[in-house]
Amino acid sequence: MAQRTAVIGVGQTYHKAKREDVSIAGLVREAAVRALEDAQMDWSDIDAVVIGKAPDMFEGVVMPELYLAPALGAVGKPMIRVHTAGSVGGSTALVAAHLVSSGTHERVLTVAFEKQSDSDAMWALSIPQPFSAPLLAGAGGYFAPIIRAYMRRSGAPDHIGILVAVKDRKQALKNPYAHLHIEDISFEMVRDSIMLWDPVRYLETCPSSDGAAAMVLASESVADSASASYPPAWIHGMAMRSEPTMFAGRDQVNPRAARECAADVYDQAGITEPRREIDVAEVYVPFSWYEPMWLESLGFAAEGEGWKLTDSGATALDGGDIPWNCSGGVLSTNPIGASGMLRFLEAAMQVRGQAGDHQVETVRRALGQAYGGGSQFFAMWVLGADKP
Amino acid sequence: MAAAGGGRPVRPVAVVSFAQSKMMRREELRNDVEVLQPVIVDVFEKIGLSKDDMGFVCSGSCDYLVGAPFSFVQALDAVGAWPPMRESHVEMDGAFALYEAWTQLQEDDIDTALVFSFGRSSISELGRVLTLQLDPYYMAPLWPDPVALAALQARALIDAGTYGEADFAEVAARSRRDARNNPNAQVTGDKTAQELLGDDYVVAPLRRHALPPITDGATAIILAAGDRARDLCERPAWITGMDHRIETHALGARDLTISPTTRRAAVGAGLLPGGGEGSGTGGVSDDGVSVDVAELHAPFAPQELILRDALGLGDAVVVNPSGGALAANGVMVAGLVRIGEAASRIMDATAQTALAHATSGPCLQQNLVCALAAEPAGGRR
Repeated sequence: MAQRTAVIGVGQTYHKAKREDVSIAGLVREAAVRALEDAQMDWSDIDAVVIGKAPDMFEGVVMPELYLAPALGAVGKPMIRVHTAGSVGGSTALVAAHLVSSGTHERVLTVAFEKQSDSDAMWALSIPQPFSAPLLAGAGGYFAPIIRAYMRRSGAPDHIGILVAVKDRKQALKNPYAHLHIEDISFEMVRDSIMLWDPVRYLETCPSSDGAAAMVLASESVADSASASYPPAWIHGMAMRSEPTMFAGRDQVNPRAARECAADVYDQAGITEPRREIDVAEVYVPFSWYEPMWLESLGFAAEGEGWKLTDSGATALDGGDIPWNCSGGVLSTNPIGASGMLRFLEAAMQVRGQAGDHQVETVRRALGQAYGGGSQFFAMWVLGADKP
Repeated sequence: MAAAGGGRPVRPVAVVSFAQSKMMRREELRNDVEVLQPVIVDVFEKIGLSKDDMGFVCSGSCDYLVGAPFSFVQALDAVGAWPPMRESHVEMDGAFALYEAWTQLQEDDIDTALVFSFGRSSISELGRVLTLQLDPYYMAPLWPDPVALAALQARALIDAGTYGEADFAEVAARSRRDARNNPNAQVTGDKTAQELLGDDYVVAPLRRHALPPITDGATAIILAAGDRARDLCERPAWITGMDHRIETHALGARDLTISPTTRRAAVGAGLLPGGGEGSGTGGVSDDGVSVDVAELHAPFAPQELILRDALGLGDAVVVNPSGGALAANGVMVAGLVRIGEAASRIMDATAQTALAHATSGPCLQQNLVCALAAEPAGGRR
């Protein structure tokens, strides 16, 4: 039987295009120190460290956890390095959570990061491979045709993506850690920004960020006796799912792995109506149109209806009944390897009531989700204020 | 309060199937997926299961070997990840993927897991790739490659007066002799240590025979819990404990002649008495590990001697009957192969107990120890 597991500490860096003031070690340590302080713990309290990041080529360091072990207080302890493409921040949290829920560890520090300014993610994603179609334009070029397929299928009007871009940037203004703070963000500003990969405009895509996220996960006995600044956020359900990148007939708009991952998590958490039973969600939306798409995959709306929720304002922190990405989301902060963990971490902050200006009132349950690869790797968890 | 980590399993989990490719200097015609796919087929066929029977799948690989991001993504095609599966990946040797799978199997919701790893070291300049593992600000710019760092470690052993070049040659001669009985080995031979000492130095004091080969290959293991393991395999190799520990990256802050984390991991795996709390302090007792067989992941010959001493292995322990990493050293693969080889000695009834070790990083920086036995911990349940 899985042991009850909770988040008892969170920490993140101030995210920027270039964190030239810190090394990679300094970056991850900044997030880890904040998580330990939040948990009211010391390095010596930690049993194991689980670290994740996206491809090593993003910084040019092979298996950087070897070099980062002392900076994260891991010397003499177990250390695991996870890499599952863009979902990695979420998967890393889940691997750490399983160390606790399996009963093998009591207190696990999990960290995810990317220091994109040390290298060039676009280049790293576009290295030509023999006998493979080149991905010359990076992630945006890959996902734009999938978004067009969604628009055609659902009949969604053109302005939906712009609404998401404006909403998430407005919400980022309430999050001091967010990378983008565009004070005068407006519909017109997004609409008039340059088209990068039709239909994705410049302001409908995520930035490149340097940043890190960290959490302390703990067993029930540790969480019950913790002196942390905020109450524990209990894991009510967690799951990962993967499927191949491409084959004839694969639904890349609404992938089966995404739906099955959600179904597994909801089953564990006893959720049958996500929109009603989940108070707030942090979902991986690197391109604006992925909000309506994931609203459907995650069961908040029927297929083809997700854009209507967005259009009605239901997903806004200000006045919506199911606020999505109150932190500003990936559209406002994108240290790739950490972007997934930030979703999981922000869900914990909402449950614990520590989200400050972007806090949703009375959160009982929150969802964190991340995806990666060619919409093929999925990681999710649902956290709750009550013990499961 | 420190490290409860690793430790002994609550739920008995066993290796029930193991497969590997023929390890070779260069896979001329096959890509990663093509090397891996027959291994996956083999590991399933041995016990009559398929991917759909797996509760969890976990793999290990390194993007930089093929010079592409997301090298593990295409590996899904070798498994056939449809319908979607519960899956994860570590950028580590497959032995660490097995650790992750073993922890997940401690929870009751799954009974089986597939673990695999793969890597073609031949298509990159391996020395340069592994140099990029080093601290990017202070060490990597000096470009000390893995052979140079292993030579520093060997020199430290010689300076300490514990071992010399003849001892390194003995390890290599024995490994090559034993590898003659391993159909998947890459380097075999029957030269004596004396003859091997005629090799040229690559980086003094390391001669050619003290270095691992560059290897392309893949391997896979299936784990099963409790009664499922007994149903699938006549003699499952039960994991009675597993632990892993990392040391500091700063080589100047380490005593390179010892491996305290290997010993600490052996304590965590239940192979040595505990008592030593805290950060990687070795020598928790003078006891030695008592097993029938030990498969040690020692890419360089002197490292086997360090590991033997760390574990206190006596002469009665058969070390690396497969030929070890000196006979084939697939990067990201060789550690998981050690677990597979050690488990095979139990499954084929040549051993009742075994130890498998895997390492990562320069000069044995990170070490994993897996304890295996013909009976689960605490006897038959």
